[in-house]
Amino acid sequence: MKTVDRAAGAKERWLEERYAPAVAKRPERKARFSTLSDAPVDPLYTSEDLADLSYQRDLGFPGEFPYTRGIQASMYRGRLWTMRQFAGFGSPEDTNRRFHYLLEHGVTGLSVAFDMPALMGRDADDPLSRGEVGREGVAVSTLADMEILFEGIPQDQVTTSMTINGPASIVWAMYLAAAEGKGIPLAALGGTIQNDCLKEYIAQREWIVPVKPAMELVVDTMRFGARETPRWNPISVSGYHIREAGATALQELAFTLIDGLEYVRWGVEAGLDIDEFVPRISFFFDVHNDFFEEIAKLRAARRIWAREIERRYHPKNERALMLRTHAQTAGVSLTAQQPYNNVVRVALQGLAAVLGGTQSLHTNSLDETYALPTEEAVTLALRTQQIIAHETGVADTVDPLGGSYYLEHLTTEMERGFQRYLEEIEAMGGMVEAVERGYPQREITEASFHFQQQVEEREKIVVGVNAYATAEEAPIPVLRIDPEVERRQVERLVEVRRKRDAGRWRASLDALRAAATEHGELMPAFLECARAYASVGEQVAVLKEVYGLYHDPGYF
Amino acid sequence: MKRPIRVVVAKAGLDGHDRGAKVVARALRDAGMEVIYTGVHQTPEQVVETAAQEDADAVGVSLLSGAHNFIFPRIRELMTERGMDDVLLFGGGIIPEDDVAFLRGHGVERVFQPGSSLEEIVTYVRGAVAERRGTPVAP
Repeated sequence: MKTVDRAAGAKERWLEERYAPAVAKRPERKARFSTLSDAPVDPLYTSEDLADLSYQRDLGFPGEFPYTRGIQASMYRGRLWTMRQFAGFGSPEDTNRRFHYLLEHGVTGLSVAFDMPALMGRDADDPLSRGEVGREGVAVSTLADMEILFEGIPQDQVTTSMTINGPASIVWAMYLAAAEGKGIPLAALGGTIQNDCLKEYIAQREWIVPVKPAMELVVDTMRFGARETPRWNPISVSGYHIREAGATALQELAFTLIDGLEYVRWGVEAGLDIDEFVPRISFFFDVHNDFFEEIAKLRAARRIWAREIERRYHPKNERALMLRTHAQTAGVSLTAQQPYNNVVRVALQGLAAVLGGTQSLHTNSLDETYALPTEEAVTLALRTQQIIAHETGVADTVDPLGGSYYLEHLTTEMERGFQRYLEEIEAMGGMVEAVERGYPQREITEASFHFQQQVEEREKIVVGVNAYATAEEAPIPVLRIDPEVERRQVERLVEVRRKRDAGRWRASLDALRAAATEHGELMPAFLECARAYASVGEQVAVLKEVYGLYHDPGYF
Repeated sequence: MKRPIRVVVAKAGLDGHDRGAKVVARALRDAGMEVIYTGVHQTPEQVVETAAQEDADAVGVSLLSGAHNFIFPRIRELMTERGMDDVLLFGGGIIPEDDVAFLRGHGVERVFQPGSSLEEIVTYVRGAVAERRGTPVAP
């Protein structure tokens, strides 16, 4: 077989002798075939397309450099991926109940969604928080809320991921303080804070201070984490939001990995030990509709990371080379029209994430184009993962699609595309400079507009939206947030402010201000602020006072 | 005499989901309108201030944070206070069907939900502004 399809010109011959006549008889469905990200797709791939690929050099064995086939030798034969459903809404009491529900139904890790005020570093009673408290996630202003959120949850046994960025250090310190209060040593805590400031300026826009001080805050958490919380990932370098903002798969891959390399560079420059802090950097990717493109993206991500870290730093600790990732199905792919179709999209995307070798997975719920998901919708999303895990057989052998001509071709193309972006961004002086110039922001804006035009022109079909639409649709149940949540959260905050030790509270904020001004270590100061029940907003105000503000340049 | 339609596209509230707002802003601009995009995290006061200063014909607000039932009526209220009743207010985002009627009752003329086409939005803005300007509309 090898000799036949590798023979020079064999594919050419087939294209001429077989394919061209077939197409002459029945024209192709499209003028141009391309992936969801608009990369060209050929009619057929053979080993001729992989002529430059070396198994040992480019794929290797699972658990071995360059980890294309997976970071662990046994992958899901040993342990399945962590089924981690992102959850948070209403009051800390509401979300605490949802956490207990999810744990009872088989989730193996928690993932906290905070409300917009918390994400933006504002308290429940901030004027800008009006109407937003508990709406898009759980409301947390002080340690008192965090204690309720994790009531009855064994923080030393369940790993917790927290999607928080600008005020990540502050909220992480509250989580640590809540565990301290239960007598759990910090070293026993496992989990992740997202804490990826670069993608906030690139895509998600939950910033609190300008780019460079934000980078210093990240370095501070990596330093503290390496020393005090060896089981914690102090950063999850995220492509998810970059993709959701409209990036192509390649842009998501490239910007995310270049962000990761920027954090490593800053860590090294701050004197951190590469063998200690790099293994604790984790990643987070989106998994969209284009099945093979997404699998290729995850495989390419591992290969590129291993090669770039090895080339630059030659770490002694092999784990520094292993890209560990969380994946989430693409929220942006879900449609409000014919919402039950979303169940199918999520299943296929979840399957791609697993075939891509993810370490943990969140599957979206069918109702998320309307509101945060109902309990029934979340359960169905979790069951989708369980069906992939236990019924399809895809988890029973490692990297089952490895060697597919098409997939390996796409994986290689992803790596080439990454190199082009890397060169461009390095020429600007790295990602911090590129972000300050608005380069990735503009690239994404262009890509999202291009995609929308393709949808308008029906070059890209969205089932139920620009094809197969139905006129009348039955409404689906939607989660409603009790408007009383806001009032109760404000009341609790007022109560906390009244009851806390005012002297300790003031001293903790003064110490934070001093540490920030003198570029000292910040995490110990945040921890003391948490213990003194200083609020998120109060601590962020100190950071803004020292570091200044950031304003949206508003590219469109 | 007839100046181009001027639209303020605003991201009100604390959420940063600006993909939709930017795509719409660009489509309106490509359709020949003058578009001012505010950037994210705008307060209702800031949105109305921008609209007043720019003498906008229309204000399009994008909101995916769930705070629509507070923010949209507040924007309309501020517009009324400043005598901007003739300015078109429309919006879009993650807004459940049940809330659309509520918003329409509070001065939001049209709410575009996910999946709306750019063509639909452009046609709507053009028609609704023409109607307000008293340009003859087909009977």
